[in-house]
Amino acid sequence: MKKILTIIAVSFAFLACSEDNDDNIIPAPSQVNVSFNFTHNWDNTLINSSNLTTEIVTNEHGEEMSMARIRYLVSRLELTHSNGQTYLFDGYKFTDLSDETTYNFTPENNTIPTGTYTLKFIWGFNETDNVDGAYADLNSASWNWPAMLGGGYHFLQFDGMYNVNTTAPAPFNYHNGTARVSTGVFEQNYAIIDLSTEIVISNNAVIEVKMNIAEFFKNPNTWDLNVLDTPLMPNYTAQKMMQENVSTVFSVGTVTQ
Amino acid sequence: MNGFLKYGVLVLFMATVFNCSDNKTDDGDYVSQPTPAPLNIPQIFSENILDPVIPIDNPQTIEGIALGKKLFFDPLLSGNQTQSCADCHSPQNAFTDNTRFSEGIDGIFGNRNSMPLFNLAWNYDEKFFWDGRVFSLEHQALEPVTNPIEMHNTWEVVVDRLTQHPEYPNMFSNAFGNGPITREKVTKAIAQFERTLISANSKFDRYLLGEAQLTPQELNGFNVFMDEERGDCFHCHGNPNNPLWTDNIFHNNGLDATFSDLGLGEVTGDPADNGKFKSPSLRNLAYSAPYMHDGRFNTLEEVINHYSEGLQNSPTIDPLMKKVDEGGVNLSDQDKADLKAFLLALSDPSFINNPDFQN
Ligand code: HEC
Ligand code: HEC
Repeated sequence: MKKILTIIAVSFAFLACSEDNDDNIIPAPSQVNVSFNFTHNWDNTLINSSNLTTEIVTNEHGEEMSMARIRYLVSRLELTHSNGQTYLFDGYKFTDLSDETTYNFTPENNTIPTGTYTLKFIWGFNETDNVDGAYADLNSASWNWPAMLGGGYHFLQFDGMYNVNTTAPAPFNYHNGTARVSTGVFEQNYAIIDLSTEIVISNNAVIEVKMNIAEFFKNPNTWDLNVLDTPLMPNYTAQKMMQENVSTVFSVGTVTQ
Repeated sequence: MNGFLKYGVLVLFMATVFNCSDNKTDDGDYVSQPTPAPLNIPQIFSENILDPVIPIDNPQTIEGIALGKKLFFDPLLSGNQTQSCADCHSPQNAFTDNTRFSEGIDGIFGNRNSMPLFNLAWNYDEKFFWDGRVFSLEHQALEPVTNPIEMHNTWEVVVDRLTQHPEYPNMFSNAFGNGPITREKVTKAIAQFERTLISANSKFDRYLLGEAQLTPQELNGFNVFMDEERGDCFHCHGNPNNPLWTDNIFHNNGLDATFSDLGLGEVTGDPADNGKFKSPSLRNLAYSAPYMHDGRFNTLEEVINHYSEGLQNSPTIDPLMKKVDEGGVNLSDQDKADLKAFLLALSDPSFINNPDFQN
């Protein structure tokens, strides 16, 4: 009797596990899953939730500054295979530097063939996606860009203080989104980030995307916070300079697989 | 073999019994299940923001809400049975009170202004109090009952009184099944009632739904609110697409140069958080004076003057506070008056008069 019961129990256990039992004999995969991990630095210093608000950094123009809050949006991440085939991933990625759980991005559909790729994505939302109020999660994060400035969403909210080594530190609000040309006339202000670094994917992979925050103040426009600190949202020239400067902010880091 | 079959049947039977034991009450008596009462989510919320937070282990039910409401208005919860939650959270005042600090049952005043209660299920991070020190509404409700300068009671006494009461034991069984009354059941019921306190029917809500017109003054006030060069209130206090009118996040909005109340800093122990308090919702300001964590401002004029020319610098002041050396952006008198008119359009008379929320 006991024996029979044991057999039943064993076969039950066996049946229950049989679904995921065939991983002994895997051929090299031809289809793999990719995800992205965004990391942040100020030149060579890694910035994360633990040092974001404590790190004192010096920008290209020479002001010492501290960072209170950095949140940003990227969308339409796309990998282009060396054979020309493109893989566009669904969704958008909203990152809050004070919350490390937002650093990762795993698209729902993330299966691609192995091979050599380059990465491309949109800074902010393009015209099609930047629909005022369209995304409940972004609305709940108060990520909206005022209708009087063209509506839609912020691409970047970067708040902090500069001249922190003087007796008169002052705030800056480096916020980027749609540019207002004049009352009621708006200009798209997203950027296409096209990174030429070759990414060799041979297995399931996590692709690191690095953001160098210092670049917002560097290239091609050396940013003088004493002139452009706040308010910048309604300032057309400042908005266009941000769009230019973001082009060197991102790079491909390590690929873990 | 016959014996084996019998055994097998027995095993099967027992498995079934175990599986279904969830549906049975502790002592096996049959008790009718409470009736689900999902929150009625207003259109202005469902169309714009994420769903409210309802804990899996405390679903909204008709019986739970009714019990929570009775408890909320019942002075039995306090030590000498003179004070209910509603004494400091009165429906007429959008569930806060109209004094700067609130008096507990022993005549002692606290050092914080009572908070209005509405749309609490949309506080996604579930950090409650001015300094966010308590997680979840269920846990929050444990605090005032035993707070020595508030209701100054013990949970043993509360549970004992409820158990001896002519009506409560039945209400508890209807809401949570049989078994003893516990503090967890008390706070679950109160939290259910609190989650029903939804306010989404202000003039501005109806304007957004195309059902009301704003005056030119209110419209200009709204523009001041949304304009980074003038009010720039929307980075912390919501916008038409985030109609909670708060971010539920902690900021130092420049009230003081030095802090007698550390706020969030007291909770996290991080000096970088000193002087930070939770941004309150700007709904129902018409009923919730005085304002700020210490109720220092009696009128909206005083609040607006603070942001316009009264800002105090300190190491943790939020960088969204501009021209601090000049006290603020110095709004024109017209913009100030219009901003106030807009703020008042966020008040919702149907909320304070809702018969479901009265004692
Ligand atoms: C003596 C007055 C008093 C009584 C009685 C009282 N409260 Fe409060 N309540 C306050 C004050 C003051 C605060 C803010 C305290 C703080 O931030 O430290 C508060 C805060 C709250 C909050 C936090 C709201 C938010 O948005 O973070 C909730 C919820 C609440 N009370 C519910 C209750 C309930 C439920 C009861 C009865 C069990 C109750 N209160 C009894 C004075 C009172
Ligand atoms: C940096 C974020 C931030 C900005 C920007 C901001 N506030 Fe506030 N507001 C807060 C915080 C935080 C509090 C609570 C502060 C406290 O009590 O210590 C508050 C409190 C208030 C209150 C009191 C509400 C109550 O129930 O006590 C009103 C009214 C208010 N703000 C209106 C405004 C207006 C109008 C503007 C724009 C001119 C504005 N706020 C800009 C963060 C902000």
